[in-house]
Amino acid sequence: MDNYIDSGNTAWVLISSMLVLLMSIPGIALFYGGLVRRKNVLSVVMQTLFLVSVVSILWVAFGYSWAFDTSLAESGSPLGRFVGGFGKAFLHGITLDTITSQHIPELAFVIFQCMFAVITPALILGAFAERIKFSGFILFIVLWEIIAYFPMAHWVWGGGFLQAMGAIDFAGGTVVHVNAGISALVMAILLGKRDDYRTGHPIMPHNIMFVFLGTCFLWLGWFGFNAGSGLAADGLAANAFLVTHVATATAAITWMAIDWICNKKPTTVGACTGAVAGLVAITPAAGTADLLGAFAIGLVTPVICFCMVAFVKPRFKYDDALDAFGVHGVGGVVGSILTGVFATRFVTGEGGVQGALYGDWHQLWVQVETTLITIAYSAVVTFFLFKLVDAWVGLRVDKRVEEEGLDIYEHGESAYNR
Amino acid sequence: MKKIEAIIRRSKFEDVKEALLDADIEWFSYYDVRGIGKSREARIYRGVIYDTSSIERILVSIVVRDKNVEKTVQAILKAAKTGEIGDGRIFIIPIEDAIRIRTEERGDIALYNAEQEK
Repeated sequence: MDNYIDSGNTAWVLISSMLVLLMSIPGIALFYGGLVRRKNVLSVVMQTLFLVSVVSILWVAFGYSWAFDTSLAESGSPLGRFVGGFGKAFLHGITLDTITSQHIPELAFVIFQCMFAVITPALILGAFAERIKFSGFILFIVLWEIIAYFPMAHWVWGGGFLQAMGAIDFAGGTVVHVNAGISALVMAILLGKRDDYRTGHPIMPHNIMFVFLGTCFLWLGWFGFNAGSGLAADGLAANAFLVTHVATATAAITWMAIDWICNKKPTTVGACTGAVAGLVAITPAAGTADLLGAFAIGLVTPVICFCMVAFVKPRFKYDDALDAFGVHGVGGVVGSILTGVFATRFVTGEGGVQGALYGDWHQLWVQVETTLITIAYSAVVTFFLFKLVDAWVGLRVDKRVEEEGLDIYEHGESAYNR
Repeated sequence: MKKIEAIIRRSKFEDVKEALLDADIEWFSYYDVRGIGKSREARIYRGVIYDTSSIERILVSIVVRDKNVEKTVQAILKAAKTGEIGDGRIFIIPIEDAIRIRTEERGDIALYNAEQEK
């Protein structure tokens, strides 16, 4: 009787999938949409909506197969360590009764992972908001998904070489956040500043209520992201849920406090940004950290992200428009590394991995190594994809389009009509 | 006493604002405005293409004493000019009188803070 479907686990994974979808639409769309100016809000919404649709199709077509198929590895091909192969293209061979390890239908796993594949590229678009051409964006992001995300997912989750090294990435700190965050930085630098961006003169968000709403959807959806990643409705899921919540709450308050001390006022955008930074950082650790880890990650991450956004960004004068790198990239790196510090046998069980705090430095080293590999890979891939797409269809809009707004010139609409 | 009305690019508003403050303009009003010109971009609503496109600009409105007109205009010109089509216009309009509501002072004195001017 090993081959049964656990209805509790299946129900939780399906619900988690919905929650993760809420992170992209409307979560990220609202969060980023609120941060841009009113002339560009639709461009952000359209980019998100487009991503959700196109990546889902790519995912069932061959993305899932590239990430989670093991046929290449089993056939002995060395390529199997880097990419899964085409064995499960168009979900070939997966039936309603195909069961995965946690006694959930493999189809539920496919759809859960699909939502992860969807949100990752959506995170990047904060870096190049307000100045990217929609056609170039489409080409870039589809290629990025295929070349950067699918292989990375295989390396860390699908039996690739990072998983073999013992890297812990419970819910996607490296695959999703570091990967997207680093690409965001590279894109922001290569694409150049917005025409009217001047260091020290922030471009004001057009609707902070959207930023707040987006944050709420992200916070809500992240429970599916983290607590669903164990693919089971069990104690580990409950712990992941708890530490996610605690780390986020701590991070929101920490950022608010820093804001208050450094800038004299506790801002809404600041508290929202802090919450998102906390969510990002707890993601890789959600399956291994306990309450202590959650508090620590929630305290440390906003401090580092704040420094990146408030001091390092102006210093190096790149225009990461909505701080996709400052929050997701940096938060992801911090979280991945702290995972190696705060992993505890209280959560991982007897003989499970533990972090530097508990005397095991090996795991910390593995985490650092994994993070560095991720950074290097996504930076290189993004760099070449940018050069390719920029030469092919162009990535930057004309000056006039940027001035009057992407909404009218790229999409023929404006969000607010009188 | 003159009113200076300038229609400028939204992206140049911050620059103009700073230039005006640097030129010791103590206060001014501004409005979001939309204009329709020859340069158009089609809008689409569910498959129907409209040609009612308007462009967004900011209208800055400043009332100054005659002696300050030229320096205000120069400040705006310097800050708002890009050299491309669509930089906007400046209009100078005579003003008959001004009254400060709090003190009921009339004339030039209503426009500036006499103590600060010293």
